[in-house]
Amino acid sequence: MKRPIVELRDIHKNFDGEQALDDLSLDIAEGEFFSLLGPSGCGKTTLLRTIAGFEQPERGTLTLDGKPMEGVQANRRPTNMVFQSYAIFPHLDVARNVGFGLRRSRLSASEKSNAVEEALQMVGLGGFGKRAAHALSGGQRQRVALARALILKPRVLLLDEPMSALDRKLRETMQDELRRLQRQVGITFILVTHDQEEALIMSDRIAVMFDGRIAQVAAPGELYLRPASRRVAQFIGMMSFLPARLRGREIEVDGFGRTDVSERQAPGGLKDGPAEVGIRPEMMSLLSEPPSQGQRAASGRVSEVTYYGDMSYYAVMLDGTDRTVTVSMKNLPGGVTAERGEAVTVSWDPGSLMIF
Amino acid sequence: MLRGYVLTYLVFLYAPIVLLPIFAFNDSTVIAFPLTGFTTRWFEALPATPELVRSVRTSLSIAVSASILATLLGLCAARVNARYAFPGRAAVLGFVMLPLILPEILVAVSLLVVLLTLGVQLNALTVVLGHTLICMPFAIAILNGAFGNLDPAIEEAAIDLGCSRWQAFRMVTLPLIAPGIISSLLIGFTISLDEFIIAFFLTGSDPTLPVYLWAQLRFPARLPIVMALGTLLVALSVILLCGAEWVRRRGMRRSGRRDAGGFFA
Repeated sequence: MKRPIVELRDIHKNFDGEQALDDLSLDIAEGEFFSLLGPSGCGKTTLLRTIAGFEQPERGTLTLDGKPMEGVQANRRPTNMVFQSYAIFPHLDVARNVGFGLRRSRLSASEKSNAVEEALQMVGLGGFGKRAAHALSGGQRQRVALARALILKPRVLLLDEPMSALDRKLRETMQDELRRLQRQVGITFILVTHDQEEALIMSDRIAVMFDGRIAQVAAPGELYLRPASRRVAQFIGMMSFLPARLRGREIEVDGFGRTDVSERQAPGGLKDGPAEVGIRPEMMSLLSEPPSQGQRAASGRVSEVTYYGDMSYYAVMLDGTDRTVTVSMKNLPGGVTAERGEAVTVSWDPGSLMIF
Repeated sequence: MLRGYVLTYLVFLYAPIVLLPIFAFNDSTVIAFPLTGFTTRWFEALPATPELVRSVRTSLSIAVSASILATLLGLCAARVNARYAFPGRAAVLGFVMLPLILPEILVAVSLLVVLLTLGVQLNALTVVLGHTLICMPFAIAILNGAFGNLDPAIEEAAIDLGCSRWQAFRMVTLPLIAPGIISSLLIGFTISLDEFIIAFFLTGSDPTLPVYLWAQLRFPARLPIVMALGTLLVALSVILLCGAEWVRRRGMRRSGRRDAGGFFA
């Protein structure tokens, strides 16, 4: 890992007696696109505002770019922020909004207006300088907020749920652009989001937060394939859970039967006794013919079909249990499909089971 | 039926004010119909009455001081109300707004008692004090609206872009609430200018204009001059109130915000 540009050590923060951040430690590398992901109230925004300097932690230290930030006000930190509401200054036009942070710099007037135009072009708003702030659309407001923050060339750009006010199509466009922009400028981006899909798409690394603590820090692929806990597994992507009993390296799963497992499938270690098994929808499939020799399969009945266009999700109630697993199937021509109420055979991959 | 009712209501409300300019231009010392002729001599007599000029000056300086004081205090109260949550906030705000519904005579008498007990000399300053008190609820109501329309992240954004707290307030918050401030100043000025009861109780040797006018009612010969002055005052009040509303609406439009509150729907 490259040199950490943000170092958080044992950060503790209370709000009216309620714990917002609980002895939290985290390193964020220079040039990284880092996401703080978690449900609302998990402390992710508080953490971002602590880095920005808008919240003071009760305990712990924060180091930015090698310098301790204790007693350093928000306006003196090498960070800039894109607010959830964008906080565009309504009384200033676009150029004055973007150039706001430059007004005390030693640049000449023409250098400043060049920098503003350059920043606007970078976010695809070249020539918009004279527009009134309130005449902008949601996507344009976000671009102005980005340009306004990036023009100061911060060491770290903080983004507080910047996509939550946009409709789906626009959100997807802005996600692409934000990723491209981050690669182009090479600045460390820290994104707060409650949308796991957004975090997976955009980030180099993701910190999943629950209740003021970090549950796991990992790259998107690792987070998806090797969740550190059942709660992380449930929050990222879709996962079905089945009760099971473990003895040694052998596990007996309700509806699936017995199989051998290895240590790397159990983030909490293999302990004899009751356990829970998790499996992703794409690690199972519906079979059109009886299972071949050595293929693991379970029988059940389809209780729900959800159609997504390219994919369909089948909820299958496993025979002899009251549990359903969700199986995803690509909707290919001539591919396997099933109706609600139909009896089906579900094949599953033993190596993909996660044991919690 | 309803139309007739509304008409009666409007006549009842505004007929006396309409009579004011009519008699102000009537060439007779008797305030009665029929009118005898057109004259501007009552207006010409205004500046030739030194006590009257002095009372106008007193009233103007009191109105300016009281409206500035009330607006400054209202600014602080509205900002606290917008930015900080604390136990009993609603109760405190309720108490500050109380003078709005309290009978003015009660406010006047209790202020007088307190001031006399403290041994304070009654003068223009004591009137400023009383007028600040009754103007403040209006200032707070107007400025609460101005602050309520403001996104709290806007000031943080300015700080994030390098401003100190004070710079952020001056460069971002102040311009955005400026229409509210001007509106509050103008309304405070208007309220103070024609306020009688508190001024009557708390004034010292320098009467304010309404107090002076009241004293002049004993001399019927001067009544037309009072009418002329009243005409000017009504005109000034209307101009100021329209100005306040115009500034407020223009500010709303420029920042593209939804219109909320205000005095004329």
